[in-house]
Amino acid sequence: MEKHSYEIENLNLWYGSSQALHEIKMDIPSNQVTAIIGPSGCGKSTFLKALNRMVEMVPGVKVAGNIKYNGDDILSSKYHPEELRTKVGMVFQHPNPFPKSIYDNVAFGARVKGIRKKAVLDEMVEKSLKRAAIWDEVKDRLNKNAMGLSGGQQQRICIARAIANEPDVVLMDEPTSALDPISTLRVEELIQQLKEHYTIVVVTHNMQQASRISDRTAFFLNGEIIEYAQTDQIFSNPKDRRTEDYISGRFG
Amino acid sequence: MDNAQKTETNNHRLLKKNGSSSKRNESRGKVLVYSSAAIVIIATLAITIFLGYKGIRTFFVFDVNVWNFLTTTGWDGTENSGAFSFIFGSFAVTFLAALVAAPLGIGSAIFMTEIAKKWGQKVLQPVIEILVGIPSVVYGLIGVTVIVPLLRDNVGGLGFSLLAGMIVVGVMILPTITSISADAIKAIPQDIKDASYGLGATRWQTIYKVIIPAALPSLMTAIVLGMARAFGEALAVQMVIGNVKGLPESIIDQAATLTSIITLDMPHTTYGSVHNSLLWSLGLFLLIMSYVFIIIIRVVSSRRKV
Repeated sequence: MEKHSYEIENLNLWYGSSQALHEIKMDIPSNQVTAIIGPSGCGKSTFLKALNRMVEMVPGVKVAGNIKYNGDDILSSKYHPEELRTKVGMVFQHPNPFPKSIYDNVAFGARVKGIRKKAVLDEMVEKSLKRAAIWDEVKDRLNKNAMGLSGGQQQRICIARAIANEPDVVLMDEPTSALDPISTLRVEELIQQLKEHYTIVVVTHNMQQASRISDRTAFFLNGEIIEYAQTDQIFSNPKDRRTEDYISGRFG
Repeated sequence: MDNAQKTETNNHRLLKKNGSSSKRNESRGKVLVYSSAAIVIIATLAITIFLGYKGIRTFFVFDVNVWNFLTTTGWDGTENSGAFSFIFGSFAVTFLAALVAAPLGIGSAIFMTEIAKKWGQKVLQPVIEILVGIPSVVYGLIGVTVIVPLLRDNVGGLGFSLLAGMIVVGVMILPTITSISADAIKAIPQDIKDASYGLGATRWQTIYKVIIPAALPSLMTAIVLGMARAFGEALAVQMVIGNVKGLPESIIDQAATLTSIITLDMPHTTYGSVHNSLLWSLGLFLLIMSYVFIIIIRVVSSRRKV
């Protein structure tokens, strides 16, 4: 049987009095790339942020339902969001390195957890940068400020920073929307390599990207899941009329 | 048709731009702005030159030794006067006040921008704006009637002391430091805070590992601006510090500052006398120090990274 990183049931979410997510039910398989597509404002980013409870930082948000991560109920008050976020990494829409050195950026998560030993940190920084396919470009300037890198390099530093925590899930919120085509290609290739070690959930505006990189695709519309299936099936043979309209470019 | 209309409006615009009335407006605005800038520069230069001329006279006309003037104590209004105790007093009040105000100011700035955003911006921010606007004589009055007796009864000495100066000036510069620090912290992009939370950092870890380091150059600027204000403060300090011309031996001793001695002595001197000239030299020293503070601020804020 397929192993699931996330099992989500009856997930409802409100910002104040407006409901952003309706009765979401979704299982996210481990070590696969799951893409979430849909027009702006359909709740796909909100859903992603619910998976590591970052959505709770928005004032006035209310979450109800069931999100099981590796079998644990993460919405329970006993579950600490900080603990969850060390296991579920996140990469954001705009590259957001800290105004610190490349080394300090990647070592940030470990230092937060209280790891101080230089040898351990060194090894972890190298391993993460290698996995994020940026080691060769930055190995001679680890002490330089990460803000001095190009946008594509910064985004791969952010991916390295997220995987340095040794998470088992990496959430990506439109990770290439601020990048040029060549950087986008590199990040897409990287996502393909990363799924060997991590479960990846990626929100994207770009349908070609979803079809290129993902194993499964969920189509969101107005806060509901319209269709969730194998990516080839969604793109070649969508069951729902609205999915078909969206992927053929008739709206959104 | 649409295009024809567009060209027409374009032509119209071009015609109007070339019209003589808008040209006149253009040059009138130019004159206004240029002359404002010129007046500001001339005023600054004039003050500097005038104070420089007056202050330097002491050393050339009255043959006062610069080194003696800066490093010896004993102020009697003659050529042998030394200003060291006032220089020391000014620096002592400034640094002690910053020591009180910097942690409190940065702490409350963090509180109002990161911890209690709503409450902080609704209540704390207006309170701080009011504190900035209170005239220094009011701080001095409160210092004399509340702080001085309190120190006399609980700490010892006369109450009029460096310590009283430190408290009064510290409270005075607190709002300056708080409001500039709060602006600096607010300017940290949400992006990098999200990155920190996303990596499992708690709010406190995010504050001291991400927000404070990123805002540090601006926080330093806030502290130096506060110190510049403390260094130049005259009235409130003069009311609580005791104005004794010797060097203080402890924090509860009376002292004097450059500013307080200028305001106190100036009415008792005759124009053109040594004593009068010495006070001008103290003024020149204050001016030089304010230039130094500005240079420090420039250097510190040029290191800003975000």
